[in-house]
Amino acid sequence: MKLFEYQGKELFKKYDISVPKGKLVNNEKDFSGLNYPFVLKAQVPIGGRGKAGGIKSTENANDAKQKLSQIMGMDIRGYTVRKVLAEEKIDVKKELYLSITLDRSKRMPLIMASDEGGMDIESVSDEKIFKEWINPLIGIQPFHIRGIVSKLKLEREESKEVSKFISKIYKLFRDYDCELVEINPLIISGNGNTIALDSKVTINDDALYRHPDIVPENIELTPLEKDAKDKGIAFIQLEGNIGVIANGAGLTMATLDALTNYKGKGGVFLDLGGTDDPEKVKQAFELMKKAKPKVIFLNLFGGITRCDTVAKGVKEVITKEGINCPVITRIKGCNEDQAKDILKDAGLITGTTLQDAAQKSSDLAR
Amino acid sequence: MAIFADKSNKVLVQGATGHQGVFHIGAMKEFGTNVVAGVTPGKGGQEVEGVPIFNNVFDGVLETDANTSLVLVPARFAKDAVFEALDAGIKTLVVITENIPFHDAMEFVHYAKYKDAVLIGPNCPGIASPGKTKIGILPGQIFMEGNIGVASRSGTLTYEIVNSLTEKNIGQSTCIGLGGDPIIGTTFIDALDAFEKDKETNAIVLVGEIGGTAEEEAAEYIIENISKPVFAFIAGRTAPPGKRMGHAGAIIARGKGTAESKIKAFEKANVKIARFPTEIADLVEKHV
Repeated sequence: MKLFEYQGKELFKKYDISVPKGKLVNNEKDFSGLNYPFVLKAQVPIGGRGKAGGIKSTENANDAKQKLSQIMGMDIRGYTVRKVLAEEKIDVKKELYLSITLDRSKRMPLIMASDEGGMDIESVSDEKIFKEWINPLIGIQPFHIRGIVSKLKLEREESKEVSKFISKIYKLFRDYDCELVEINPLIISGNGNTIALDSKVTINDDALYRHPDIVPENIELTPLEKDAKDKGIAFIQLEGNIGVIANGAGLTMATLDALTNYKGKGGVFLDLGGTDDPEKVKQAFELMKKAKPKVIFLNLFGGITRCDTVAKGVKEVITKEGINCPVITRIKGCNEDQAKDILKDAGLITGTTLQDAAQKSSDLAR
Repeated sequence: MAIFADKSNKVLVQGATGHQGVFHIGAMKEFGTNVVAGVTPGKGGQEVEGVPIFNNVFDGVLETDANTSLVLVPARFAKDAVFEALDAGIKTLVVITENIPFHDAMEFVHYAKYKDAVLIGPNCPGIASPGKTKIGILPGQIFMEGNIGVASRSGTLTYEIVNSLTEKNIGQSTCIGLGGDPIIGTTFIDALDAFEKDKETNAIVLVGEIGGTAEEEAAEYIIENISKPVFAFIAGRTAPPGKRMGHAGAIIARGKGTAESKIKAFEKANVKIARFPTEIADLVEKHV
């Protein structure tokens, strides 16, 4: 789960990591207690907001009021701004980049730092980004931190401050099961303090149960996707008009790919997982109906899951509640013959192969 | 020979008395797996499908000489279960459990390395060497003894592909489900290396998906180290960037890990790519 900048900064404060003085603002009354000039920052779970006009500097109350109304409600790459963070300006001496992320290949946390922090970090060349990998069995050690800090062009006191900063961030990364903690820029201020000017924190969804203080916002989901998530169904809305129901993420993706070969376009990705529970099958079809696809394509491979049990669930939903679009099915594996009979009986079209069914679905969706 | 799993594996099941445990102990025994013990804390002394249950892994190993563990415990107890098995001397672990926090997986993957153990998973269907053994939840009926090695990041997609091989009378030496999580113990490279050395394997099938760079790294490895023919299918060619498709692993970010980049890398390594899952069997058939 991606945290908003202000949520990330609340976590930073818990770990004694300095952030600029600031607060969320809804209207001009909230400006009290802040010193001018301050900066208004749109809270969106996506990068590039500065270039999109989501960060504005203000000089006085009138100016701030006007700029707040410009930012609040604006659209930044598909996200509507509903929260704005106001922060006092900092006297910037140096801008660094710091992140801790997961290196999937080495299967270790990776610390990256650079002296060339700021807006264009992605165009900074690789040799100017310094890296240290941390074996989780030993955790972060002073030599890791020396390894990075010694390469940054810093004065003695600054090095000490940045070293402390890195060990605090690593502790947060581990304690909160983070996939990413990124600070860009990390500021060294005129009076020598290290301050996190921004925060990007992503917490591993599978570990959220260990962090009851983090309240999920599901900001990236559509209403139907939220509904599905509450029911424990993997459901993603896409741009096409064919609703795909399959079992297993890999098979569901392969089904979407197969449609593309016949110029069909997936509109919904619904992964039934390993279930053949008729109640789950029913919920899946109800969700699918609400997404209003032109065609539904059910692609099942029965390994441990029995095809006939799923088919019975499907038949029950369709005969009881009706369905207003064609349903193409392709069933393979455990008890496939019984399943095919049940589905034919329910009036559904059965394809012989994945290719055949994908073509039928694509043709009908046109 | 087969890889990682054969007749020598004496399997202990952690999380043996739950619904999944009972079902799969039965299914594995039916396949011919030597299931020697089960572990569920507090249920020691019971039996499941004729297999004795112990309170902890140490007792199970002491009594039965188990050398392999199948981990079926819920996600929040998985790290503890894996550490316990490794400390009790288990040398092959298959972790089926999904939704394990990745910081936990990171720790146990490195501890397994330190203990010189093979760890497969997590979030995987397990491993099957037809005619020898099956450690996991893969459906037994789809397999056939033969000479094709299969390594996959997916579950049902693998079953589909293996089934289509079997329907064409093309058997398998070992099928290994590596798991769909970002952090896994055994990688494509480990599997490729083992299949290359395995005398019973003549050709290798890889099933990949979008996200991460495991396929790109495998392609590099194939160019330098693999002499046997390799076939591949990549799922997620049409997945939109930035959307999560169920697996934590199936994320496209910053242009890396896309299906195109994986297909390109494999083509460079002379790996034959199937457009549909079942097309793999056609490609392999032409070759054999």
